[in-house]
Amino acid sequence: MKSYVLSTASAIAVCAAGPAFADGHAEAEVLHYWTSGGEAKSVAVLQEEFAANGGTWTDMPVAGGGGDAAGTALRARVLAGNAPTAAQIKGPAIQEWFQEGVLADISAVAETEDWANLLPASIAAHMQCEGTWCAAPVNVHRVDWIWANTEILAANGIEMPTTWDEFNAAAETLQAAGIIPLAHGGQAWQDATVFETVVLGLGGAEFYQAALVDLDPEALTSDTMVAVFDQMRTMRGYVDENFSGRDWNLATAMVMNGEAAFQIMGDWAKGEFIAAGKVPGVDFTCASTPGDGYLYNVDSFAMFEVDGEEKAAGQALLAELIMGPNFQEVFNMNKGSIPARTDVDLSGFDECAQISAADMASTNEGGTLMPSYAHGMALFGAQSGAITDVVTAHFNSDMSSAEAVQMLADAVANSL
Amino acid sequence: MTRWLQDNMPKIVLAPSFIIVMVFVYGFIAWTAWVSLTRSRLMPRYEIDSFIQYERLAASPRFETAMVNLAIFGTLFIVIAMVLGLLLAILLDQKIRTEGAIRTIYLYPMALSMIVTGTAWKWILNPELGIEATVQGWGFAGFEFGWLVDPDKAIYTVVIAAIWQSSGFVMALFLAGLRSVDEEIIKAAQVDGIPTWRVYSAIIIPSMAPIFLSAFIVLAHLAIKSFDLVIALTGGGPGYATDLPATYMYAMAFSRGDIGQAASSAMVMMLVVFAIVVPYLYSELRTKDD
Repeated sequence: MKSYVLSTASAIAVCAAGPAFADGHAEAEVLHYWTSGGEAKSVAVLQEEFAANGGTWTDMPVAGGGGDAAGTALRARVLAGNAPTAAQIKGPAIQEWFQEGVLADISAVAETEDWANLLPASIAAHMQCEGTWCAAPVNVHRVDWIWANTEILAANGIEMPTTWDEFNAAAETLQAAGIIPLAHGGQAWQDATVFETVVLGLGGAEFYQAALVDLDPEALTSDTMVAVFDQMRTMRGYVDENFSGRDWNLATAMVMNGEAAFQIMGDWAKGEFIAAGKVPGVDFTCASTPGDGYLYNVDSFAMFEVDGEEKAAGQALLAELIMGPNFQEVFNMNKGSIPARTDVDLSGFDECAQISAADMASTNEGGTLMPSYAHGMALFGAQSGAITDVVTAHFNSDMSSAEAVQMLADAVANSL
Repeated sequence: MTRWLQDNMPKIVLAPSFIIVMVFVYGFIAWTAWVSLTRSRLMPRYEIDSFIQYERLAASPRFETAMVNLAIFGTLFIVIAMVLGLLLAILLDQKIRTEGAIRTIYLYPMALSMIVTGTAWKWILNPELGIEATVQGWGFAGFEFGWLVDPDKAIYTVVIAAIWQSSGFVMALFLAGLRSVDEEIIKAAQVDGIPTWRVYSAIIIPSMAPIFLSAFIVLAHLAIKSFDLVIALTGGGPGYATDLPATYMYAMAFSRGDIGQAASSAMVMMLVVFAIVVPYLYSELRTKDD
């Protein structure tokens, strides 16, 4: 109900602001995979704003597989020569689609609205294809979060860890007290999520860039990477026996119920805490995982080459609205992420979101704002998949770190 | 005209399905074979680039795991399901009173989709919810049954669930086979005072050879294309310990945008099927020629 009021209010606000494209009729068919409760509500905000500006929105939601099904639908549409006006694609996939020569240029809107100065440089780079703007960012999820049950920490005299050694020490204390130190779900992408935060924490942003973005073979086989796998092995001892295949939200529930102390997961976990009526800072604590840096996961919409002025007008309107301050604020408040544009007033957001935004600004200046490999922001699917295979094989067996490092280098070479 | 129609009616009636099969089965097999020789990624491309995808497949530890799993799963599943099915059929063949009801009960798992079977067994085998927790609740605190979460044993849980699903169906096949054996021969053997187990092992089972072959073919192709059961039961995990070629192919095609890999693994799967079906077809055709 609250979000409905908010979205209506924002729709009215946008109307009052005097839309640029209200005179010509605008049309958009939007393919996306935001179909679950909170997400569907968030995308409805955009739909209402679009309609309020005189546009006709044709919704094409495709559920399933974390976007896999939507990707399949998109490929079929493009192959059939009937691309949607806009589709939810992110990270290097945008460049992959651009290379297929099917993306439209939205530079006109981007330059009028001055996106280059509104977005952090590395996020802006994802939205540009060889100098032109080809996608509009919706939000920024931070991946390198560690969530903790405040009460358990207080009862065991533990501070939020700022180094991985501190984390290990805290985990030993908790284990001795009979509490599961780390709530984790044994699914490949969750293993990968923990792995990348450890890479960032132990190796620093420069090493992260070399290993997981540039795929430098030296970095992949370095001693630092061995240390990363050692830490993964140590952490394998901190999860409960029954972790295989558990969904991430069930792991979050373990932290909420006091069965487990910590969880390493992106800020969508915050939504679970808040939906259960927990208060940040009181019932649960959020902090970035040990080490410096920031791993982002940015959802975005790419525009496809389509015929007809109405559709082109629709793309321009859509791009303008997606990056509009109103939509960025309302949408991200619903979704638990933070706005991609840096000039939005954050006073209405919770404590964790404010930390996230402040860190995004500071890491952007310091050059440690990094794309999340585990969430498809850093690499093409084949490469990130090859890395994830090794990470999850190591985590779920008794493979040594040296073996894992060798396997990692081989797998990456084989995927190129 | 009428005469022409009479002569050609069968061809005309069969033509649509013939064309459909040619395009949608053999046409797409050819397409997949072609794509498997290219460097296709997100979208199919058509420039042939030798056997690069097959080399990548051979170098992939994950695909190796998938093939080993297929061998373990296929062998155990086919052998145990056939033995169990035969045993149930023989027991049911003893002219017992409630045969109809029992047959239905054993056949029912086949009516469930693999997704339902997989989900149910996921709960049954889950250490925190299922058998382990129940037996421990009875007071046997040391009881452990964590195969589902053990990377070395998880593939056997897939075997268990698949056997539960299919052995009733195999039983029905064998029961029909047992009933089709000539009563007279059996009666003659009984008159000669031959013990029942000898009647089965020397007369009935050998005369059921074609049924064995049919059951084997049905189970073998079920095993090779197994996908939904693994997805529902283990999701391919822990790690990728229970991956099968079909789940590997799905991951490559739909999650990773690596269509070349997906196509080449699909071709390997098809060759495995051929290795089983071709000898069968060959033997079938030869017997007809005799």
